Parts: sequence; C-alpha cells; structure tokens
Amino acid sequence: MSTDATSVIRLEYRNVTMRFADRTGRGALTAISNVNLAVHDGEVVSLIGPSGCGKSTLLNIGSGLTAPSEGAAFVDGERVAGPNAHVAFMLQKDLLLPWRTILENVMFGVEIQSVPFAERKRRAEKLLASFNLAEFSGHYPHHLSGGMRQRVALARTLAVEPHVLLLDEPFSAVDAQTRMVLQRDLARTLKQSGKTALLITHDLSEAVTLSDRVLVMSHRPGTVIDEIVIDLPQRDDPIARRHEPKLNDYVARLMDRLDIGHDKIEQQAAGGAA
Amino acid sequence: MSGNSRAQVRNGTLASVALLIVFLAAWQWGPELLGVPSFIVPPLSMVAHEFVHAWQFDHLLFHTGVTVGEVLAGFILGSLLGAVIGYLLGMSPTAEFALSPYILALQIAPKVAFAPLFILWMGFTVYPKILVAILIVFFPVMVNVLTAVRSVDPDLINLARSFKATRAQIFWKIEFPTSMPPMFAGLRIGSTLAVVGVVVGELVGGNQGLGYLLSFGEGQADTPMVFVSIVMLTLVGGIAYLGVIIAERRLLHYLPARSAGHNQ
Repeated sequence: MSTDATSVIRLEYRNVTMRFADRTGRGALTAISNVNLAVHDGEVVSLIGPSGCGKSTLLNIGSGLTAPSEGAAFVDGERVAGPNAHVAFMLQKDLLLPWRTILENVMFGVEIQSVPFAERKRRAEKLLASFNLAEFSGHYPHHLSGGMRQRVALARTLAVEPHVLLLDEPFSAVDAQTRMVLQRDLARTLKQSGKTALLITHDLSEAVTLSDRVLVMSHRPGTVIDEIVIDLPQRDDPIARRHEPKLNDYVARLMDRLDIGHDKIEQQAAGGAA
Repeated sequence: MSGNSRAQVRNGTLASVALLIVFLAAWQWGPELLGVPSFIVPPLSMVAHEFVHAWQFDHLLFHTGVTVGEVLAGFILGSLLGAVIGYLLGMSPTAEFALSPYILALQIAPKVAFAPLFILWMGFTVYPKILVAILIVFFPVMVNVLTAVRSVDPDLINLARSFKATRAQIFWKIEFPTSMPPMFAGLRIGSTLAVVGVVVGELVGGNQGLGYLLSFGEGQADTPMVFVSIVMLTLVGGIAYLGVIIAERRLLHYLPARSAGHNQ
C-alpha cells in the first residue's frame, strides 16, 4: 500500500478471513477473504463496497467483538483478542439508553471502564460543550432530534479516548442536510484530536470528502480490490471539499470500481443482505 | 399540552363524575322502580348501612386487613419470583427451551383450581391463599421479563461489550433497565390478579378475610354483606393497581409522554 512507511500503524488487518456456518449448519459461507489493510496514525480511511461484502464483519473483528477464522487484527501493533480500550465504535443506530440523561449517556463507556466520576463528568461535559449540546445534558434522548442524538453517540465514543474509531455508516439514518453538518463535525473532531478512523459507508461522496484514502471491497467473499488516495485539501472541512471539481472524478472512479450501473450487479446487490 | 387536550381532560373528568352520579342514583332507586326485591339487589343506602354495621360488629376492618396482607405477600413474592425466573430463563436459552413445555402447561392450568389442593396441604391458614396469589402473579411478570430480556437490542450489548463490560455490568446497565417497562406491564396485571387468587383461596376455606365474609354473607342470604365485600375487594384491587402505577410513573419518568393507565 502506498502510504508513507515512517508513520505508526494504528490499525491493521493481516490476512483476515471470516467464515460463517450457513443456515443448514453444514457448509461454510466465506464473508471476507484474506483482507489486508493498514490505517496509519491520524489517518481517516473509508471502506466502501457492495452490500453483504462483509464490511461490518471487519469492523466487529477490529473492535474485538468477533474473532476472525484466519488472520488477525492489530491495534497499535497488539493483536486484538477481545474488546479493548483503544478502539471504540459507532453505528448507524445511536444506541442511546432512554433511561439515561444525555450527560449520563456520554459517560456510559467511561463508567463501564471505571473512570472516576469527576473525571468522566469532566470529559463528558467538555465533549457536549464542543458539540454545542451542553444545554441538553440534563435532557433525555427522546427530547433530541436524530442528528443531535447521533452527535451524542459520537461524544460517547470519544469520551473513552480511543486511539482508533470504527464508524459503521454513522450518518446513514439522518436527513441529507443534517448529515453534512454531522460530517463536518466529525471531520473537525478527527482532525483536531488527531484520531485514527476507519469509516464504513455506502455514500461515495461521504467517503471522498471525509477520508485520506478510500478502500474498495469486492463482492462476497469480500476482499480489498482497490485503494484510492484522496488528494484533496481540507480534510477537516468536507463541505468545502464538496466544492472541489476533482470530487466528481473520485466519485466516478469509485462508481466504476463498484460496477454501479451494470444491471447484473445491481440485482445481486438488491438480493444480498447488508 | 395544548388547550385542546386540556379541554379534553376537563370534559372527560366531568363526564366520568356525571356517570358515577348516574350509576349511584340508579343503584339507589333503580331496583325499586323496576320492582327488583332488595334481597336480590339491595339499594345503595342499604349497602352503606350494612357497611357501617359490618365495620362495627363483623370485624370488617380486620377481614379487610387479612385480605390486604395476603394480597401484598402474594403479589410481592409472586412478582419477585417471576422476575428472577424471567431473568434467569432470559439469559439461558437452553434452560428456557428445556422448561418451556412445563411452563406453558402450568400457565394454561387455571391457577385458582389449585386452591383446594393448597388448603388440603396447609390447612385453613393464610398460606394457601398467599400461594395461589403467588402462582397467579408469577406468570404475567415472568413472561414479560423473559420476553424483554430476550428482545434487548444485540447492538446495545455489543456496545457495552466493546467498552469491556462484565456480564454483571451488562445486566445492571442494559438488560435490567430495558426490562423495566414490560415488567411493569406485568406487575399491573399481577396486582389485580393477586386479589383474584386470594379471594378464591378464602372462598374455598378458612374463616378470615373478605372472601370468607363473601361466602358467609352468601350462606346467610345477606345480600348487602356480599355487596359490601365486593366493594371492599374492588377497593383493595384498585389500591394495589394504583400503587403499581405510582411506582411506575416514578421509575419510568424518562419515557416520552405516556399514560400508564391506558395501555393495558
């Protein structure tokens, strides 16, 4: 891969293969096959691919929730053997707990990790302030809009101060305008904190505007078939990046690599599970 | 919230009160107008008189106290047992699979039919009544808790796991709070069923409690006493139900505007 070799690798997948037993329990279904990828310190890498290519499985392996059939994931050079404190994930669903206030929701992860109360409150309040949500800290999740809830989820993810963020289509459930604002918030936060992130998305322009690199996965069994380095300025401002003329070239290239527009593939994609 | 819904509440309350007055008036004067003799349907004033009489001479307060005690004991023990078993089965699919046919069989069996058996076992004490109440309260609570634990979003569990939560933390921070609203739905049903269980127990045998007063009144052809007992039992059930709703409102205050009394 073409990134400079001097920077530290934060997240790495080496020869990762994942097989699941199929419905009859006899045969095995290979979800991903021999995936190799590395994300360097401070880098944001997007992963795109057709539905059912095993993107989310990769994320579960990276966060230690699932063990791969072959190969391994490494975080800071250490083999991932189970959930670990350096990785945090965020999903399309905000997963806020309705019985906790916004502040308590942000503190959820740090509370489980037994961070002292004063410290977790300090972190949560700081994050809420940076996302302009301080005034809602005493509210319950149902008082907040979808976009705000997703921002709370991001704050909860950041509160554990992970080195690596795994983001699985984090903004696909919000409306288009809110999504752009959330993308900008995420991009700024990632840039300012220098966090490393692996972002799974279906949204090609999201992949291009938010990332340093985009990796393309194949149909099942999924594997990385292409890497596109996004050579655009202002990774911390995806809205500005949307005005870049080169953006469309990148999106077109990704569409090409995904065979979007070819009928046969579309039928396959429609039939496949996410 | 809006003036509209406030007007609805006010009109609804007025209509309710009006309905009560109409009902009480019909009770008082209806039987006489329709020519129903007072030993079939005693008018309101007669029942009220019987109430005072029973309070003074038939230990009405004592019998009510016995019934309340049995209902409370049966309800608390039954719901605790139901919740604990519900959580255990919810966390162990194997145990649920193995036990489900027996649970189903026990659930189908009319619990009140066990009352004579329990009285044979334990005599004319308060225990068989409490036991029937336990048995009858157990199921709605257990089934609701079991279903709730089973339907916790696996992504929530994964979220907790990704923060390295222990099994106990997953239970106390995710599963237990998630199961609270369905558990309260079960408790609401259980609170009224507990009264049914206790009364059947008291009807079958013993010489204490409102159920005893009920069968005593029947034996004496004392219709007003039967009515007094029914009213008191309704009151006991109503207060138990209200208690559950008050607890529910306090504990589940975080839920978006809900009317706890209206969704059962």
